Amino acid sequence: MIAYIVRRLLIGLLSLVGASIVAFTLTRIVPSDPAAMWMGPRATPEQIERTQIELGLDQPIPVQYWRYVSGLARGDWGISIVTKRPVLRDLATYLPASIELILFGLLIGFAVGIPLGVFSSAKSGSLLDHGSRLVSIAGVALPSFWLAMLLQLTLAKWANLFPLTGRIDLLMEITNPVRRITGFLLLDALFTGNLSALRDALWHIVLPAVTLAMYPLGLATRMVRTTMLEVLSEDYVRTARASGIRELKVLRKYALRNAIGPVLTIAALTFGYSLVSTFLIESLFTWPGLGRYAAKAIVSVDYPAIMGVTMLVAVTYIGLNLIVDLVQALLDPRVRLS
Amino acid sequence: MGAQIRWMWRRAKRNPLTIAGLSAVTAMILLSLLAPWVAPYPKDVSAVHPSERFQAPSRAHWFGTDELGRDILSRVIFGTRISLRVGSLVVALALAIGLPLGIVAGTFGGVLDEVLMRITDVFLSFPPLLLAMAISAILGATLVNVMIAIAIAWWPWYARLVRAEAVSIRERAYVEAARAAGASWRRIMWRHILPNSLAPVIVQASMDFGSVILTSASLSFLGLGAQSPTPEWGLMINIGRTFFLTHWWIVTFPGLAILIAVLAFNLTGDGLREILDPKAAPR
Repeated sequence: MIAYIVRRLLIGLLSLVGASIVAFTLTRIVPSDPAAMWMGPRATPEQIERTQIELGLDQPIPVQYWRYVSGLARGDWGISIVTKRPVLRDLATYLPASIELILFGLLIGFAVGIPLGVFSSAKSGSLLDHGSRLVSIAGVALPSFWLAMLLQLTLAKWANLFPLTGRIDLLMEITNPVRRITGFLLLDALFTGNLSALRDALWHIVLPAVTLAMYPLGLATRMVRTTMLEVLSEDYVRTARASGIRELKVLRKYALRNAIGPVLTIAALTFGYSLVSTFLIESLFTWPGLGRYAAKAIVSVDYPAIMGVTMLVAVTYIGLNLIVDLVQALLDPRVRLS
Repeated sequence: MGAQIRWMWRRAKRNPLTIAGLSAVTAMILLSLLAPWVAPYPKDVSAVHPSERFQAPSRAHWFGTDELGRDILSRVIFGTRISLRVGSLVVALALAIGLPLGIVAGTFGGVLDEVLMRITDVFLSFPPLLLAMAISAILGATLVNVMIAIAIAWWPWYARLVRAEAVSIRERAYVEAARAAGASWRRIMWRHILPNSLAPVIVQASMDFGSVILTSASLSFLGLGAQSPTPEWGLMINIGRTFFLTHWWIVTFPGLAILIAVLAFNLTGDGLREILDPKAAPR
């Protein structure tokens, strides 16, 4: 087990170094001169030269890389060209809103996807099964930004069931402001006992969360179904059934337990995916999160911000995968021995 | 060969979803080839008709018109060309990098294999859309850059897939027999490992066609990728986002096109897997 953990940690570390090299390389191949971009369109050649020295762009590449990485480690992620604030501080400001949204989306996705996968495997070949297959493929094929617009159009604009945009009602922000403790609006509202704000925030999160939920929903349905079908054909399940154990108990106790591993894996995977999907949908919902920040950075070629977001997502992704692998090794000896 | 194809066709026919996918793919290919003749207003790819802006779907304009009075149906049809081109070029480029690297690493093993796998580890530690986004954001917003960016994000998947196949094939008895008969590894790689590892690659490539179309549309939606007046589906939705609350048809039809295209390739890939690789197919 120790050997496995060490090996897995080393691979994680290597991936981090690799990710930083990729991010660094990308910032070095910007077609336009970073110093010129920094100074804006009306800079004189002398000013640009001075900035080049200030930013260390006259140093050899390995030195530049070392500066970049040690900067990352110290928490110096550069200054956003647009907001003129440290990128890391921007990220810390916007991340909680996105995490809240993603967790909500994952919750919906798994709450629907896992039972759907279980029942469609139990009734393999039935109409329900075909339906769930279609759902699982469609969930992955739907352009999230398009789904977001359709939901806004039908459920918000036409049916008037949900608010069109925003994280909380503007009026509510004035009458019942939520004190920022964690940055997670729902939690802060709950902690401070601000129930009317909590209800309003829940109302606002539904449409963006449902949009994000489609991808994990599709994957979870498919993964659970495949795993369950495999397990259900095992001898011990047949024995359990033959001994007269009720079907629901067989499903729950013998089969579903084996599906926990794959579900954990896709939970980590889809968290990373959803983080990127927020780039596409947060602007539509004017959700004040990482995704809207990233989309703005992309449009204005704010490369320190783009690289900051990229590194943050990569670090999250690598970290989550590491945790999942370790947990799986803990649960299932077959993983760590292979 | 003829008997084999007939057998494959019989298997494909059993699954209605596969048939649906295959027909949709065929329809897309036909539409893209015949676009200038099928589209009701072929000039509307770039022409502008200010007097006909924002017309709701009607008999004259089945999908309505956009903010410049252009026929959306015609633009969606021409968009098929762009999506198919992006899909095939990206998959071809990613295969061109990933396939040789994977097969060499899997056949010969050793340091080369270890280095290659660690490199792919690094690439796979980014979600592909993120990597493609970062690369095309830095390269600059053109459709070609988007294709390059997606291919760079995609090749490691093929390298991994092909390597895994190569590693398992090199342990088979017929490879051992060829070795015993004096064949070199190089010959074995070309004659045995490459042809036998193609089936899963074909399945994966046809699924990826859909994912690539979705990814490039997403990038265009973000303002990377294709620029106006290109009738690219993602870009059409990006421009339409300003108007869609009052003119629903502007984003609905291009989005539907993306959904159908991605679904079609996914279903086809699923079906191909059942046919080419029955053991791996989900039951």
